[in-house]
Amino acid sequence: MTPFLPPDVLPIVFAALMAASVLAYVVLDGFDLGVGLLLPQAADEPERDRMVASIGPFWDANETWLVLGVGLLLVAFPTAHGAILTALYLPVALMLLGLTLRGVAFEFRAKATELHDKRRWDHAFFGGSLLAALTQGWMLGRYVLGFDDAPAALAFAALSAIGVAIAYSFIGAAWLIWRCEGALQRRAVAWARRSLWGVALGIVGVSVATPLASERIFHRWFDFPNVMLLAPMPLMTLALVAGLVALLRHLPLPGDALRRLPFWGAVGLFCLSFAGLAWSFFPYIVPEQLTLWQAAAAPESLSIILAGALVVLPVIAAYTVLAWRVFGGKAMDLRYD
Amino acid sequence: MDATVLARIQFAANISFHILFPAITIALGWVLLFFKLRFNATGDAKWMDAYRFWVKVFALSFALGVVSGITMSFQFGTNWPGFMERVGNIAGPLLAYEVLTAFFLEATFLGIMLFGYRRVPGWMHTGATVLVAFGTTMSAFWILVLNSWMHTPQGHEIREGVAHAVDWWAIVFTPSMPYRLAHMLIASALTVAFLLAGLSAYRWLKGDRGPDVAVALRTGIVMAAVLAPVQAFVGDLHGLNTLEHQPAKVAAMEGNWETRGHVPLVLFAIPDEAARENRFEISIPSGASLILKHEAAGVVPGLNEFEGLHPPVAPVFFAFRVMVGVGLLMIAMGWTGAWFLRRRRGELPPLLLRGFVAATFAGWVATLAGWYVTEIGRQPWLVTGVLTTADAVGPIAAGTVLSTLVMYLTLYALLLFAYVATLFRLARKAKALPGSEGGGNPLTLARPVPAAKA
Repeated sequence: MTPFLPPDVLPIVFAALMAASVLAYVVLDGFDLGVGLLLPQAADEPERDRMVASIGPFWDANETWLVLGVGLLLVAFPTAHGAILTALYLPVALMLLGLTLRGVAFEFRAKATELHDKRRWDHAFFGGSLLAALTQGWMLGRYVLGFDDAPAALAFAALSAIGVAIAYSFIGAAWLIWRCEGALQRRAVAWARRSLWGVALGIVGVSVATPLASERIFHRWFDFPNVMLLAPMPLMTLALVAGLVALLRHLPLPGDALRRLPFWGAVGLFCLSFAGLAWSFFPYIVPEQLTLWQAAAAPESLSIILAGALVVLPVIAAYTVLAWRVFGGKAMDLRYD
Repeated sequence: MDATVLARIQFAANISFHILFPAITIALGWVLLFFKLRFNATGDAKWMDAYRFWVKVFALSFALGVVSGITMSFQFGTNWPGFMERVGNIAGPLLAYEVLTAFFLEATFLGIMLFGYRRVPGWMHTGATVLVAFGTTMSAFWILVLNSWMHTPQGHEIREGVAHAVDWWAIVFTPSMPYRLAHMLIASALTVAFLLAGLSAYRWLKGDRGPDVAVALRTGIVMAAVLAPVQAFVGDLHGLNTLEHQPAKVAAMEGNWETRGHVPLVLFAIPDEAARENRFEISIPSGASLILKHEAAGVVPGLNEFEGLHPPVAPVFFAFRVMVGVGLLMIAMGWTGAWFLRRRRGELPPLLLRGFVAATFAGWVATLAGWYVTEIGRQPWLVTGVLTTADAVGPIAAGTVLSTLVMYLTLYALLLFAYVATLFRLARKAKALPGSEGGGNPLTLARPVPAAKA
């Protein structure tokens, strides 16, 4: 198949597709993992059932974005895939352990007949979510500093691990505000309020650390005129955090007004942070080592994937919307009949 | 042990664990569709009851398949970076098409299939079942396309050591693909046939003799009786295809050390790779020549033609016998069951029922053995003639691979135990569920909660 885009453009298109998949994963499985992280805070077993039910129909498709993101990295940037996964071998293995425990816990807890058995899978659900969130944060921190293994860089990765876990619990709480009602919803508002501070701190931390660690990133952000053009990004982030703080102080409102807003605010924060990171690293795919073009696969192969993706992705979007409509509104107990 | 061996054991452990669950979901999706369509057509509640029980088995199997599949998608990179560097231009698009056309489809509609019965119109629920079944089969199609290309590669050219695609049609439709795909799809159907029969027989023996149990048992036995002989035929065609394209693999399967005519069919032996001969051989004279060449004097290539480039003989030889042995057992059980169903109007003797319970996971044994035959049989190649396994392994230290291997093995052992225990527990307590409108056990099937808002 002949490439239908100039070979120089293909890697950018694929980097954009991959970034979109990773962002979709972080947002979508972010709230799943967040709900898992909040599970021990629930008052009782029915409340835990309701929390799990709110993500039950979605988690599987949400997790598929991770496969697509890694798959695109694998197929479009094979050299980078090798370099990144080799550097992150152990955290990847631990993340997979976490995702496995979390994924099977959905099914096993639903089929448990004894309460103590079910509680065991609740613990697996929480433990798996925690392990996945922490390792993803750790990998982000390692990646941001170009896999530097000085003690300070590892400390940064540890902070990043905690930051991502807090960010996931924030978006998970925001999801529960949307999808739950009554006491659980009120509790979710409190959880969201608490974790928002952690999220804000994390964003500030990464924003300060990356320009300090890399001169190149410093110049990308602070040289004139970039500093003026980019100023709206941190300002919007700041406004969003302030707006969320104010909103969460008043929720839930009569008639459940604005119940969706915290979630979409959280999505906005995730997108802004992601865009900031993307701007810092472009055009590198392995920070300071490999650019998109150096790591890209052969144009013929990229073309045939792109052709398929352009046909199939809109279809995926359409049926994802359908599923979200079918399972819209407040979470109900999951029934197989 | 060196890192290559450990990486192979780790990948083999993971892929072996993974295939257990697609082997169930590929065919079970279509069986569920069959139950649903029968219910739509007849309105008989037994079909929907059967659907409800088996959709739980499907959901559990699917979840285990998903999580182990995700692990695999990472291990391509962590364990075999050389694979993607050298043949990524071929493997990449095939894997990408699997994700795009299969994974999202099945994952999204699974939600509607499992939890949407009361939320969507009946046709949409049936449609979701169709799409999930179709998605699992598409997934099998793409992965077998890639696997077949690794066995019988074509449609590519090597430039600077890297494979580049030349003809995608040729890459997708490699010579071994139709046989391999048919063999695997029927293997899945047989795995499900014995799972259906085994768990239903277990319920029957426990006194749970509702019409839904009888219908699932019947479905399983009929599937086994019809498909087990078909599988023997397809397997034979696949073997002849392998003889044409990968003769070293067939030589190892047959334990045939020398190229010659009148090759015996070895029923049992212990292949001795050092002496390059079989010990304690029991064989049928000229049998293998008859099967492979259709004449007693037919000359079959032996392992002597591939010295240094043939797979380890013993594992391929034994795995092949396990697969064929279980296959023959499946034919015998399927036919015996079908005979009793016809002659005795569904009354099966308890001994046969116990046999089916014992054979619940017979499909797993045969499927795994078959995969070992074909995958170990391809060694030392990862992609026949293009890339050896040793050249694809990553630079990870053996100790690191070993520690994660121990972690995976522990995890898989626990999950497998939990899975089998849960299936039998589901079967035991299924009777507690009253008829089709059952509220069920409050811990699993929660009662309908009145919508909070009127």
